[in-house]
Amino acid sequence: MDSFWRILGEAVSLILAWDSDLIEIVGLSLRVTLSAVAISCVIGLPLGAAVGAFRFPGRTAVIVVLNALMGLPPVVVGLIAYLMLSAAGPLGPLELLYTPAAMIIAQTILVTPIVAALSRQVVEDCYREYAEQFDSLGVGPFDRVAALLWDARYSLLTVALAGFGRAVAEVGAVIIVGGNINHVTRVMTTTIALETSKGNLELALALGVVLLAIAVAVNGAVMTLRASAVRMAYA
Amino acid sequence: MVRHALFALTAAAFIASGPAAADRFIIVQSTTSTQNSGLYGHILPIFRERTGIEVRVVAVGTGQAIRNAANGDGDVLLVHAPKAEEKFVTDGHGIERADVMYNDFVIVGPASDPAGVAGMRDAAAALRKIAEAAVPFASRGDDSGTHKAELRLWKEAGIDVAAASGSWYRETGSGMGATLNIGAGMGAYAMTDRATWTSFGNRNGHRIVVEGDPRLFNQYGIVLVNPEKHPNVRAGLGRQFVDWVLSEEGQSAIASYRVEGRQVFFPNAGG
Repeated sequence: MDSFWRILGEAVSLILAWDSDLIEIVGLSLRVTLSAVAISCVIGLPLGAAVGAFRFPGRTAVIVVLNALMGLPPVVVGLIAYLMLSAAGPLGPLELLYTPAAMIIAQTILVTPIVAALSRQVVEDCYREYAEQFDSLGVGPFDRVAALLWDARYSLLTVALAGFGRAVAEVGAVIIVGGNINHVTRVMTTTIALETSKGNLELALALGVVLLAIAVAVNGAVMTLRASAVRMAYA
Repeated sequence: MVRHALFALTAAAFIASGPAAADRFIIVQSTTSTQNSGLYGHILPIFRERTGIEVRVVAVGTGQAIRNAANGDGDVLLVHAPKAEEKFVTDGHGIERADVMYNDFVIVGPASDPAGVAGMRDAAAALRKIAEAAVPFASRGDDSGTHKAELRLWKEAGIDVAAASGSWYRETGSGMGATLNIGAGMGAYAMTDRATWTSFGNRNGHRIVVEGDPRLFNQYGIVLVNPEKHPNVRAGLGRQFVDWVLSEEGQSAIASYRVEGRQVFFPNAGG
């Protein structure tokens, strides 16, 4: 218990000291993960909504695949992204390996199925209430998806947060395609892995507490935004 | 779906083409021992001041570093498995290999020394004793330079570790630090390089039990990746780095690095 409080104290002093290295690492973590979540939402939300709202042959299979892909191991995603981005791979000429862009791509592959699968469920539940209305008004497919996404926006915010949580916490994918290069591709989770491998367990754990604090801050900010949006909508 | 994926890739490329792109940099595929001991943090700023070239180090096991470099994902290779480095060159992936520096491997174990090997100089005999006592031994098991050196010693000791894997011989399949953490946790012996051990924070009562056997010699080498095989290699900048590391200035930068007041890498270029 003693060491637990000491580690907590170290985490607090790390945050209070707020040195430039830590700021850089935290900033890159947020930049990479927020970019990945944004791209995942651009792809995953319409995809999930379409699968949720329309009936087509093979739909069950698509749902099973989407749900299964939520369990993609980050290391496997990292390897796939590495093989694609490696100089010997098909996207090698883009020279993205060992850059933040590579990390964003890997996390996007990781998070998109989560956003798509969860939003599919949210939209499908929503659609049951709306189907008759859509039919009687003769709403086209594109507008249906847009209306469903808009009306389910608060639930979908939680979907995006689930994706954020997955991406900000993973280390397996970003360490392979990013390389954990100091001042270039070093993020919170790879720093924690590095300090653990140096045997600096207390510093590693303190950094883990800092990461947790960031996750709490991001979730808190989103929930505050949501609450004020709801207030404005019903004012 | 394909179009979406392409869009995502372009968008991601766009987002990231921003700040981190310094134009004069090279990527060095290297080992965890050089990184974790802090050597790069000491010598790279000196090189950068001299040349303006930023060196981006990807620190993985030697096996993975060589495979990455063989894919063309690096400009320079700095690892510690001379045979594998020479094969890398003969396969056409590298231009030539040069000695950079050395240190030595040590065998570490619990303070209680259950196999009674403390103070032995014959590393193979010590390993044989550990095997006979069936005391846990934590091996990297990851095809790294340290792992290769350890397997050579087991062979000399005449012990078939593959047969013992899962009983007293524990293959962690992880990096040096992770393996030392596991070894400290389960009271196991382990082989590591001196630099990593000297700067390792979680010893948990473990200490060096065997050292000084000439077979524990640990040579580091440097190779420039072949631009004829991998056209994307920044050969000019990479060559500058290789030349500097082998130069008098580079060698004395390595020699001046201290961990807890001790020199942990000994330059021997041109030797």
